[in-house]
Amino acid sequence: MKNIALLLDSDAIRRALMRIAHEIVERNHGLDGVSLVGIRRRGVPLAKRVAANIALIEGAAPPTGVLDIGLYRDDREQRPFSAIDATSLNPGLINGRVVVLVDDVLFTGRTVRAAMDAVSDFGRPQAIQLAVLIDRGHRELPIRADYVGKNVPTARAEQVRVELEEVDGADQVYLERASEGDES
Amino acid sequence: MRDLLALQNLPAQDIRDILDLSQNLGEILDRPIKKLPTLRGKAIVNLFFEPSTRTRNSFELAAKYLGADVINVQKSGSSVEKGETLWDTATNLRQMGIDAAIIRHQVSGVPEQLAGVLDVPVINAGDGSHEHPTQGLLDVLTLRQAKGDVGQLKVAIVGDVLHSRVARSDIWAMRALGAQVVLIGPASLLPESYRELGVEVTTDLREGLAGVDAVQVLRLQKERQSGGEIPSQWEYRARWGLTAESLGWAKPDAVVLHPGPQNRGVEIDSDILDSERALVRQQVRNGVAVRMAVLFRLLGGAHDEQ
Repeated sequence: MKNIALLLDSDAIRRALMRIAHEIVERNHGLDGVSLVGIRRRGVPLAKRVAANIALIEGAAPPTGVLDIGLYRDDREQRPFSAIDATSLNPGLINGRVVVLVDDVLFTGRTVRAAMDAVSDFGRPQAIQLAVLIDRGHRELPIRADYVGKNVPTARAEQVRVELEEVDGADQVYLERASEGDES
Repeated sequence: MRDLLALQNLPAQDIRDILDLSQNLGEILDRPIKKLPTLRGKAIVNLFFEPSTRTRNSFELAAKYLGADVINVQKSGSSVEKGETLWDTATNLRQMGIDAAIIRHQVSGVPEQLAGVLDVPVINAGDGSHEHPTQGLLDVLTLRQAKGDVGQLKVAIVGDVLHSRVARSDIWAMRALGAQVVLIGPASLLPESYRELGVEVTTDLREGLAGVDAVQVLRLQKERQSGGEIPSQWEYRARWGLTAESLGWAKPDAVVLHPGPQNRGVEIDSDILDSERALVRQQVRNGVAVRMAVLFRLLGGAHDEQ
């Protein structure tokens, strides 16, 4: 048995992503020089939705890229081999621009650290910002998000499950506490 | 997977996984900074006991793009010339801390034996007339990019099949993915026993090329022939050379591969090599991607339990 609590339903996700779009535009005074980079896997559809929301606000969408941070992980030696998906970035998307990284959950901060290293291999951004749907705490690195859909205090053993239409067939976020014996 | 020694007996799913990984890693070649931290701190030795430009440099660049350090050992100028055995050379390099060995050797089976001596991954970069697994992988990757599902294709391999480790690795990879394969060449260089591998065999180029989607042209390996297998280069070209005329016997949209180095005007004409239908440049590029994928697969995670 799992103890499950719904954190966000599809309406709440939609509103959070619209608010984040407004905040990105406000903070950067429009979308001149702004690029969105979705972190695989669920950051990719989130970045696309935020870009579409920005288009509703500003009349044009910012360019978006896709990043798999698998080649930049710091724990490869500790884990069994796992494959990577394609990255789609280019210097034009990065050099001199404000790069907004988009991911579903901010947890230890290690994924974001890896993503910043990866972005730097494509060019020198003017600034890197971070947008996440959920910030669940427990940082292991000095990293914070600039745009947050929802802050959720969690215990370390709990799991935040983000499901998105494009990947999972439905939009919802829930908190899951695995019982003894369950695989995580 | 600890080593990559051969494609024979490698499950089709493992081949597909490596092709997908190669596809996803290929973009690294276009990056402004081609130096990733993925294999940082890993030391890899290239042990090349046969001449090679393309394969050795391709492995070296693949390893370096992923952040590894590479050293090269060649037959000439090394302790091998002084009589040291390969096992001693390899064991000493292991003592110096190498994390993987890439080996090319003129004798079939040497990479497999080396894998028994070393406790780190060994990659076969071509052994005798046995296998050249990364070439087989890059060939099917190139076919997949150009033609889609390899399982729907009929592929001709033309030339000196007998001496060709490329042909053997190609056959295993293509058969694993479900392609039909036809081998074409002089009877003296075309083992009939290959029919048992589930491939067609013919000495008639025109008959063999009928209806094929792709032609892999093998290099005429002068250095591996004991003599007498073929009458002359000119007769070889006349009967088995890929020319504008003979390529016309294949499907109109058939593509052409060649593992290199090419003997222009012998097994393949220059105008075909330089045409859009030849995929040799893509093969070279894919070679680096496939080798990155193999190195990443073997060194990019916790050690597999054996």
